[in-house]
Amino acid sequence: MVRIGAFLVGLFFAGWLLISFLVGAAAYVSEPPQPTVEQEFHLNPKHVEFSFDGPFGKYDNRQLQRGFQVFKEVCSACHSLKFVAFRDLEAIGYNEAEVKAIAKQWAIKTPDVDPKTGEASTRDPVPADHFPKPFANNVAAAAANNNAIPPDLSLMTKARHHGSAYVYSLLTGFRDQQGYKNAKGEELLKEFPDAKTPEGLHFNPYFANLNLAMAPPLTAEGQVTYGDGTKPTVDQMAQDVAAFLTWTAEPKLENRRRAGLATLVFLLIATGLAYMSYQNIWADKKKRA
Amino acid sequence: MSFPWAEHYAPKHPVMQWMDEKLPLPRLVYNAIGAGYPVPRNLNYFWNFGVLAGLALVIQIVTGVIMAMHYGANDLVAFSTVEQTMRDVNAGWLMRYAHANGASFFFIVVYLHIFRGLYFGSYKAPREMVWLLGLVIFLLMMATAFMGYVLPWGQMSYWGAKVITGLFGAIPVVGEPIQTWLLGGFAPGNASLNRFFSLHFLLPFVIAGVIILHIWALHIPGSSNPTGVEVKGPQDTVPFHPYYTAKDGFGVGIFLICFALMLFFAPNFLGHPDNYIEANPLSTPAHIVPEWYFWPFYAILRAFTVDFFFVPAKLLGVLAMFSAILMLFFLPWLDTSPVRSGHYRPVFRKFFYILLIDVLILGYCGGAPAAEPYVMISQVAGAYYFAHFLIILPLISRFEKPLPLPNSITDAVLAKYATADGESAAVPAE
Repeated sequence: MVRIGAFLVGLFFAGWLLISFLVGAAAYVSEPPQPTVEQEFHLNPKHVEFSFDGPFGKYDNRQLQRGFQVFKEVCSACHSLKFVAFRDLEAIGYNEAEVKAIAKQWAIKTPDVDPKTGEASTRDPVPADHFPKPFANNVAAAAANNNAIPPDLSLMTKARHHGSAYVYSLLTGFRDQQGYKNAKGEELLKEFPDAKTPEGLHFNPYFANLNLAMAPPLTAEGQVTYGDGTKPTVDQMAQDVAAFLTWTAEPKLENRRRAGLATLVFLLIATGLAYMSYQNIWADKKKRA
Repeated sequence: MSFPWAEHYAPKHPVMQWMDEKLPLPRLVYNAIGAGYPVPRNLNYFWNFGVLAGLALVIQIVTGVIMAMHYGANDLVAFSTVEQTMRDVNAGWLMRYAHANGASFFFIVVYLHIFRGLYFGSYKAPREMVWLLGLVIFLLMMATAFMGYVLPWGQMSYWGAKVITGLFGAIPVVGEPIQTWLLGGFAPGNASLNRFFSLHFLLPFVIAGVIILHIWALHIPGSSNPTGVEVKGPQDTVPFHPYYTAKDGFGVGIFLICFALMLFFAPNFLGHPDNYIEANPLSTPAHIVPEWYFWPFYAILRAFTVDFFFVPAKLLGVLAMFSAILMLFFLPWLDTSPVRSGHYRPVFRKFFYILLIDVLILGYCGGAPAAEPYVMISQVAGAYYFAHFLIILPLISRFEKPLPLPNSITDAVLAKYATADGESAAVPAE
C-alpha cells in the first residue's frame, strides 16, 4: 500500500517535472533568451594585489593611513562609516593624541543635546564617538545626491563579491559610454541602443547595472597630498582607499589569522597524537586472528 | 540495550558505589558510550559522523549562547549589535564566525551521516526508529538554521524570511492568514525577528532532546556496520570505549582542522555578501538565495514552472519541496531488500551514486540564478530525485540479485586482513 502510494506520488512529481522541462525547453528553443546588457557588458573586478592577500597577509599601516586620508578628504563628504569609531584608528598606527586631534578636527560634528536647554545641538567628536554621518537622515541624503542614498562604507568590501578589488575597480572604472566596447569588440550603444546611461547617472562597467549615481570621485592626480611622499595617482588613491575599507570591514583580520595559525599548529599535533593512540589501541584487533 | 557479553559497570571506589546507588548516571554513560556498549568491530570512518554532528551541536550551543549575550533582537539594532559583537566584544569575531561556519559544518557532517545511512541501509529494520528520529532532527535543524539566518537582519535575512514564509502563502484559502500569523505582520518586521530569536534559542535544546531519543533508539538493536550483517557473537564486537572513543578522537581532530581552516582563513566564503547590507524592505536583492544547505530543496521548489490544471505551479513547488524531505520518512518501507549494505547490492549501488551526483547538481542549480538553463537542469534532476526514492528504489529491491554476504562480521574482517597480507581472501561459505 505504501509502495503503491509512493509510486503514484513519484510518478506525479517526476512526470510533471519532465513535462515542465519539455515546456521550458520548447520555449528555450523557439524563443532563446536574449542576452541582457548587464550580461554582455558587466565586468568582474580587476586583478589587484594587496598586502593582506593570501592566508598570511597583513595590513600595511602606511597604506591604511593613506586610504584613511582619501576617505577623509574625498569619500566622507557623502558616505558614512557608522560602525567605525575614531578610537579604532589606533589600530592603524595613530597614537592617542593624533586620534584625539583627528576627532576634534573632523569636518562633520556629532549630534548632541544641549545640556542646559535640551535642544538638539552638535559638538566636536571625541575618540569614543563613531564617525558622524554626513547627512541627518536618508531623506536629506537622497535630496542632496540626485535621489540616491550614498551607502555606508563600513562593510562595503564584505558586502560585495571580491570587495577590495571591487572598490578599486569601481573607483578607477568610470568610462565614457559613447563608443564603449566589450572584450568581444561589440559596441554597447550599437548592441543595446536603449541602454544609454540616463541623465544624472554615470556609466561604469564594474557596477552591477552599469549606471551609478556617484560621479567619479577620484579624478585627478594629486587630489590628496600624501604625507609619506607616495605619488597620489588615481590608481594609487583607489588602491589605498580600497585597502582602508577592507580594514574597516574586517578590523580583526590579523588577529584572526594569527589565532588560526596557532589553532592549526595545536590541532595538527593533537590530531597526530589522537591518530597514534587510535592505532595503538586497535593494534590487537587489526591483525589476523 | 546490551549484548549478553557486554562489560558490566562495577564501580570500585566507595564514592562511585555511593553515587551508583543514589543516581546511576555514571552507569548510564558507561552503558551508552563507555565500555558497556559493544559495537561492531568493522565500522569505517563514515561511522564517525554521528559523534561529529553531536560535537557540531555543542559548538553551536556554546557560541550561540555567548552571541545571544551581545545580541539585540530588535529590528532597529539587530544588525549593529551583530557588528558590535564582531568589533568590540573580546573574541566576538571568533564567536560569530564560529557560529556562522559551525552551522555549515553541522550540515556537512549531517549530510554525510544521512548519505552513510542511505548507502549502508541503516534505515532498515530493526533501526527504522533511529532513521525516523534522525529525520526529525534534520527538520528541526533546518528550521533552526533558517531562523538563525534571519537574526543578523541583513538583506538576505530579510528577503529570505519573506520568501520562505511566502511559501505558506501559496496554500489556498488559509495560506495568507498563516503567513501573516507566522510573521506577526504582513511583512517581516520586529515581531518576526523577536519570535525567530526566541525559537532559535529554544530549538537547539529540542534537537538535543531528540538526539537522546535517537541514541536511545540506536542502542536497542545496537549499531549497524558496513557489511550490514548483524552481530552474531562476542568476537564481532569491541567495547565502545576505548576502541571507538579513540577512533572518534582522531575523527574529531580532522573535523576541527577542516573547521579551523574555514573559520580562520575563509570565514565569509560560505556566506552571501548581501547579508553585510542592513535589511531594507524597499530594495530587493538581485538574486535571493538561501544558505547552501538549502539549495537542493530550493532548486526543487523553483523547478515547478507549469500549473497543473487548477493547482498553481508555486503550490506544486511548495508541496514538492516538503515532500522531498517528508518522503524519506517512508524509506524503510520503500526499500524492501533484506540486504542492508550497498557493498552487496550492485544495482542499488549504481543508482546510489547517480542520486549523489543528482543531489549535487540540484544543489548547484539551487544556488544559481532562477534562469535558464538552471531551471531546466533542476527539472530533470528533480524528476530523478523523486523517481529514485519512490519508483526506482522499490523496484530495485524487488528485482535485484544481491551478492553473497559474509557469514559474520568477523569473517568479513578476517577476509580483509587476509587480502591485505597478500593471501587469497577467505571465501564465505554460503
